[in-house]
Amino acid sequence: MRPYAILFLLVLAGLVVAFAPLPAHFSAPVARTFHVEASQFAYQPGEISVNPGDKVTIELVSTDVVHGLYVDGYGVSVKADPGQNATLTFVADKSGSFRLRCNVTCGAMHPFMVGKLNVGANTWLYRSLALASLGIFSVFVLARTTKME
Amino acid sequence: MSKFELTRFPLIKNLLKNRYPQLAVFVLMLAGFLFAITAGFVGTPVGSHNFSIVFVWIAWWAILILVAVPFFGRGWCAVCPIPVVGDWLQRGAVLEPAPKMSKWLNLRVPAKFRNMWMQNISFTLVALFSSVILTTPVVTSVVLAAMLFLSIGLSLVFERRAFCRYLCPVGGFIGLYAQTAPLELRVKDKNVCAHCAGKPCYNGSELGSGCPWDVFPGGLTKNTYCGLCMECLRTCPHDNIAINLRPFSADLAKPSAKLDETFKAFIMLGASLVYAYVLMGSNGSVKLVAYSVFSPAWFGYAAGFLAVIFGILPGLFWLSVKFGAIKTSSPGKQFTTAATALIPLGLMFWVAFSLSFVLTNATYIFAAISDPLGLGWNLFGTAATAWQPMLSSLVAPTQTLALVGGLAWSARTAQKSAPQAGISSVPVIVYCLAATFLMLWLLL
Repeated sequence: MRPYAILFLLVLAGLVVAFAPLPAHFSAPVARTFHVEASQFAYQPGEISVNPGDKVTIELVSTDVVHGLYVDGYGVSVKADPGQNATLTFVADKSGSFRLRCNVTCGAMHPFMVGKLNVGANTWLYRSLALASLGIFSVFVLARTTKME
Repeated sequence: MSKFELTRFPLIKNLLKNRYPQLAVFVLMLAGFLFAITAGFVGTPVGSHNFSIVFVWIAWWAILILVAVPFFGRGWCAVCPIPVVGDWLQRGAVLEPAPKMSKWLNLRVPAKFRNMWMQNISFTLVALFSSVILTTPVVTSVVLAAMLFLSIGLSLVFERRAFCRYLCPVGGFIGLYAQTAPLELRVKDKNVCAHCAGKPCYNGSELGSGCPWDVFPGGLTKNTYCGLCMECLRTCPHDNIAINLRPFSADLAKPSAKLDETFKAFIMLGASLVYAYVLMGSNGSVKLVAYSVFSPAWFGYAAGFLAVIFGILPGLFWLSVKFGAIKTSSPGKQFTTAATALIPLGLMFWVAFSLSFVLTNATYIFAAISDPLGLGWNLFGTAATAWQPMLSSLVAPTQTLALVGGLAWSARTAQKSAPQAGISSVPVIVYCLAATFLMLWLLL
């Protein structure tokens, strides 16, 4: 087989791995409430996990200075003054892993104050691992094809 | 794919030979550099609102690692403001070349320091304190000012650009990764250089200084130590210097067997992994430890950092090389030659890591340009720009693309370099795959 044809097939395989729809894992949406403590420069808990479709409520309480919580990918945020509870509610209708970021300047390490929201499985990570494996496979196949030519 | 000479076009060649365009860029860069130092000292202590932090660690870093190094190699070094003042003092002039007899000490750097080890140490020191340097304006300014004064001091004691070549913490990794860039400065015909009387490209002439980077262009085989300063383009009496476009990673076809460069690759690979865990992870206590310099916990963090870059990563790689040995050859040569595969991998690790904070924090640039000192100014009407992550939905796919592309690139490099070391490429590729899995897990 010609190298270009093999390359085409490998690229096609890569696109399938990256974008093919996966069987959905259905679970009835529920309302989940998380109590998240913010302090310089972390959220506690650092990671929260929900199922797609869940109604998520985050009760943010700051234990030192003013902190915010911005959910990447959802574009929603909340701000908490020290000692005060602030509440953020949204429906987790996008699957994947999203960073939680402090959006109120809270000190030196503020740009690196991050947490994580997992909505369902982190499928992009699994797809990326598969793509990396496919990448290695492709290098071996293409090297062998080139040598044979 | 062959090379394509850019300097065959008179416009490009004249632009590069003429000192005034470069001087204009130098002056602009130096003004920005001095302003960044000043802003760090007199501006707001809030890093995300201070010009020094925002422009150095977000804007400059993004341009350097996402554009300049991958596509132009040492292109940044050609316009870097840090050595400019030292150069001017060393030459006793702004535009004229260095005189035959220097009025300064003009010593040669001792042979034991003419390698990359000092750059490895300086980068490691910066990396250990990076949580403070990256976030505290006054500390950023101290580091920038120290680099400026060290560069000036070394220019007055040693010949040429001793700071750039042997000490700059940034220059070391730029040199390492410049080998992958599709741009090079090379001679057109080595025979011309061999027979050239006086070697003005290295020794200087009335047309320009001898190579500030202590490189004889006729012997150049890789980009690592050529600073693209264009002096040899100006001094060559035979029009034998060319700037070429070439395939990516052309220099890696002939692997280096130097241990200092090999360890530079491990330091960069390890630092990107540690940063991804510490700065991008959700473990707040480790961030506090990294920030609390000289505390007992910080010494533990520093020991862990050093163990990763000088022990664990090289140790596991050593085992991979031993496992894959086919021919009897010097283990040291096998180790250093095989480590060439880590160069594209490390570069793409840094690209992926940088994407995660550059795009997230890019909006700080708009606010900082209007209010660079955080004093309530609004020069361009953008001071109130609210923080908002940019293109956040593209970050993860782009990081995957960079990491998977870097892995494939490294695997291909390993297939070419491993046989030259007398080892199988498979264990080296498995090592790169494992490192990529770890980085994907940390970033995604």
